[in-house]
Amino acid sequence: MSASLTAFAYLIASVCFIMALRGLSSPRTARMGNIYGISGMVIAILTTIALPSVTSFGAIVVGIAIGGAIGAVIALKIAMTALPQLVAAFHSLVGLAAVLVAGAAFFAPEAYGIGTVGNIHTGSLIEMSIGTAIGAITFTGSIIAFGKLQGLVTGKPLIFKGQHMVNLGLGIALVLVVIWLAATEAPAAFWLVVILSLIIGVTLILPIGGADMPVVVSMLNSYSGWAAAGIGFTLANPALIVVGALVGSSGAILSYIMCRAMNRSFISVILGGFGGETAAPGLEDLGDRTVRQGSAEDAAFIMEQANSVIIIPGYGMAVAQAQHALAEMVSVLEEKGVKVRYAIHPVAGRMPGHMNVLLAEANVPYDDVLELDEINSDFSSTDVAFVIGANDITNPAAKTDKSSPIYGMPVFNLDESGTVLFIKRSLASGYAGIDNPLFYKDNTMMLFDDAKKMCENIVKSLKGSGH
Amino acid sequence: MDPSTLADNAARLANEAAKVAEHAAGLAQEATQLALVQTSGAGDPFVFLFTVFVLACFIGYYVVWSVTPALHSPLMAVTNAISSVIIVGALIAAGPGDWNLSKIFGFIAVILASVNIFGGFIVTQRMLAMYRAKK
Repeated sequence: MSASLTAFAYLIASVCFIMALRGLSSPRTARMGNIYGISGMVIAILTTIALPSVTSFGAIVVGIAIGGAIGAVIALKIAMTALPQLVAAFHSLVGLAAVLVAGAAFFAPEAYGIGTVGNIHTGSLIEMSIGTAIGAITFTGSIIAFGKLQGLVTGKPLIFKGQHMVNLGLGIALVLVVIWLAATEAPAAFWLVVILSLIIGVTLILPIGGADMPVVVSMLNSYSGWAAAGIGFTLANPALIVVGALVGSSGAILSYIMCRAMNRSFISVILGGFGGETAAPGLEDLGDRTVRQGSAEDAAFIMEQANSVIIIPGYGMAVAQAQHALAEMVSVLEEKGVKVRYAIHPVAGRMPGHMNVLLAEANVPYDDVLELDEINSDFSSTDVAFVIGANDITNPAAKTDKSSPIYGMPVFNLDESGTVLFIKRSLASGYAGIDNPLFYKDNTMMLFDDAKKMCENIVKSLKGSGH
Repeated sequence: MDPSTLADNAARLANEAAKVAEHAAGLAQEATQLALVQTSGAGDPFVFLFTVFVLACFIGYYVVWSVTPALHSPLMAVTNAISSVIIVGALIAAGPGDWNLSKIFGFIAVILASVNIFGGFIVTQRMLAMYRAKK
């Protein structure tokens, strides 16, 4: 293949990748988008294999077969509730692959046309070290994020003394070593860049609490893109640069959306330390505030009398795997003529769009699932709001209490709705460790139970009532 | 020819030579400028790649904002899958016939990227297959 033909094929691949993201603007075109993505990948791989410098195919075929089999089995077996940790784990692989490709280019620069050993162009060395550093940070950072999401590492923010100073020191050291590498091309400097970046990945993510993971997962998504772009510069490969830029900006935009939905700055999320869980207050130390407690029968009775119900799911629904029981409850209500819709907060769950996927899995049509902005003005004309596994995103203190840590965060206008039914295991506060005044309101009824069991009991009660 | 005429001629020649040299220098300068102008479309390869990068960032910005929030999870999965196009670099490293450190790195990177490619696209497909409109 001539050089021009190769460049042209990479251009087609780049366009396919752009179309893959474009397809996601609507669920109707999304599947076509995925096919574009696959086509782009196939074109990019075949074009590279056809390069004159690629002469031995054994290792390539074996590598793709091994990796492909592992990836396919994992992707086919994974439960939808485990998606956030799966995505985090996959990000770590891109990070490590970036480090390895940079290493390969460092020790055999001739293959990439960037000079010879001991004589690599300075520009290439800088690009390479940026790709390596971001790749290594993505690798260990994603492993920690995976550990937190999987419950292997505590979801609590792990803060150590002088943490910010340590990170700052590591960052400065990394910059100095990159300069050393660019100036001397010493292999020791290359390995030091790798090691320092691996450490930074750990110290950067450990202090961030479990509930901030949507931001972290998006951020690591972004990093894996920038790492790919860095390697793309080393290889002078436009397809890789285009993909890196697309993925990098995609992750950055998702992080921004998540931060805006919490009214927090990206910096404050990254510095960590937010979101320690606090002990639940016992029912006896509530003081003069009282909580109205209800049963599944009460909830069933209230909802079947209602004209319209809005469901607000949160991470608790994912933990309890309650989406199917919830969808069944909704279909029984709809048979009884109740209008039911779902309201999704951007930070509900552990990754962007987490709730939407789980509801889709439970066969909920996407037209019934609305975003915060779309539905928030409808609560005043809604009879019942049904909160399942969510907490902070319903907390009216975010609107009224200036001293609250979540003040200014956009929340659902549950104070305007008729009755609020709130499923919760106990009176424990949300991840932000803030008490929710909604629990003590007269029109709130608390349903203390496991979310899945409660939904099943409500279904039983609805079916048994014979209305 | 007497010596004085010879000296005169020599002086004239030297004078002319100096003029020609000056002219040549001027021409050379013009040629360089012309060359710079002609190649400014491509310039340094880095500048060309950087142009691609910046334009792609803008495309990414506008395309991603048009993604519906309901599909943010599939967006993450598919961006993860396509970022494995880094396999291109791994293939080049794994391509030569002889085994050395570079080829070992390339081989491992091919495996890792392949896990991501197959895993990422399949899990995206699984997710998207679940989304359905109201009957």
